[in-house]
Amino acid sequence: MNKIRVIARIDVKNEHVIKGIHLEGLRKVGNPNELAKKYYENSIDEIVLMDAVAAYYDRNSLSEIIQKACEEVFIPITVGGGIRKIEDIQIALNAGADKIAINTQSINTPEFITEATKIFGSQCIVSSIVAKKISDNKWEAYTDNGREPTGKDVVEWAKTVEKLGAGEIMLTSIDKEGTKKGFDIELNKAVSEAVSIPIISSGGMKNSDDALELLLNTNVDAIATASTLHYKLESISDIKQKLTLNGIKVRV
Amino acid sequence: MKIVIIDYDVGNVRSMLNAFKKVGVNPILSNNEEEILSADGVILPGVGAFAHGMENLNKYNLVNTIKKYTNTNKPFMGVCLGMQMLLDESEEFSQTKGLGLISGKVIKLPTKNKSHEKLPHVSWNEIIEKRTKWNNTILKNIEQQSDVYFVHSFITDLKNEDEVLSTTQYSNYEFCSSIKKDNIYGCQFHPEKSGEIGLRIIENFVNICKENIK
Repeated sequence: MNKIRVIARIDVKNEHVIKGIHLEGLRKVGNPNELAKKYYENSIDEIVLMDAVAAYYDRNSLSEIIQKACEEVFIPITVGGGIRKIEDIQIALNAGADKIAINTQSINTPEFITEATKIFGSQCIVSSIVAKKISDNKWEAYTDNGREPTGKDVVEWAKTVEKLGAGEIMLTSIDKEGTKKGFDIELNKAVSEAVSIPIISSGGMKNSDDALELLLNTNVDAIATASTLHYKLESISDIKQKLTLNGIKVRV
Repeated sequence: MKIVIIDYDVGNVRSMLNAFKKVGVNPILSNNEEEILSADGVILPGVGAFAHGMENLNKYNLVNTIKKYTNTNKPFMGVCLGMQMLLDESEEFSQTKGLGLISGKVIKLPTKNKSHEKLPHVSWNEIIEKRTKWNNTILKNIEQQSDVYFVHSFITDLKNEDEVLSTTQYSNYEFCSSIKKDNIYGCQFHPEKSGEIGLRIIENFVNICKENIK
């Protein structure tokens, strides 16, 4: 079995780390560079930096934060939010990002994923899928950080982005996001069974019990959490220890 | 001491630059032949498609420069795509010729078990010592089964097993995760993204360059 990655998700608005519930009601919780460095030193496996407001202001302003983070953080960094053009990807990569998460632009222009993977490689392009449950075992994809419905079925869209060339999927449940009530197991099961690219699961984790429930019941490859770490609900080493004790392989 | 990171517009060089700075060296980013040939150590980074990487090496006339440099037996390290391009050829998309400094070819990572056969292989994974011992190499004082960060779909299939410095297991398949042939090194994983272990590997490379000057 592959090692499961434990990822810190850091949502940023105007140089501050913010956290909301269902991606709304955003509160400041810290400085992105301080948190990134702290999580790195506490052996997090990867960091996701998301510009929480870029999508509807049509800009991406994370460059300085990425540049600074890369001087102290020697693990993979994924950057997303407001990526609209090939040039936006190039700027984020030049700043030091390893992977780029794309949502809104790919819904508007699906070929953007293919174009980006041809230039930067599949390993560089993460499709960010934001899902809202609409009925039993049915979810709709949302854009603009969970504001705009698209009419697209999440499982079908996941298959499409795989075909378009995306190297990974970051799957966020709006219903669970920020609630600390656990992952949407059915959603993660449905998507991870539909595609064969790695899935990063995001939204709803309070502690390792939630991670364990997800990992024992689905075939996802990574868990991303914000609340657990920002609100110090459980340490990274305690999460990893709990997973290891239950037969889930992680980086030690 | 002068370390050059080859700049040919393929992938993220800033992380590599920062990793060297972290271990106390300020490398030069360059694609200039004189600059490269006068270096004490050279890094060939790179991510993405093999053909695109070779195309850019050719665009900057770097193929002969790299061959001239490695002929001097000064330390050289290719990382990820930079390691794969050291081989004779790759089967990615279409057959493409590589630098031919290491005998073998680049093939798709074979996967077997349905539930875990995901590609690309994006994961922290363990490196294991084989015939070639790690002391006096870039893996000096690195513990067996240390975790390093991988992101790739293709692997190097070497002709000469003595040039395999470490292997890694994925989906029941054991592949070559680092290479050593004289002073030519290769890492399929990303040392610049592998936390403290990765920084130690980079520091080991720097020390090999220092000793080579003496």
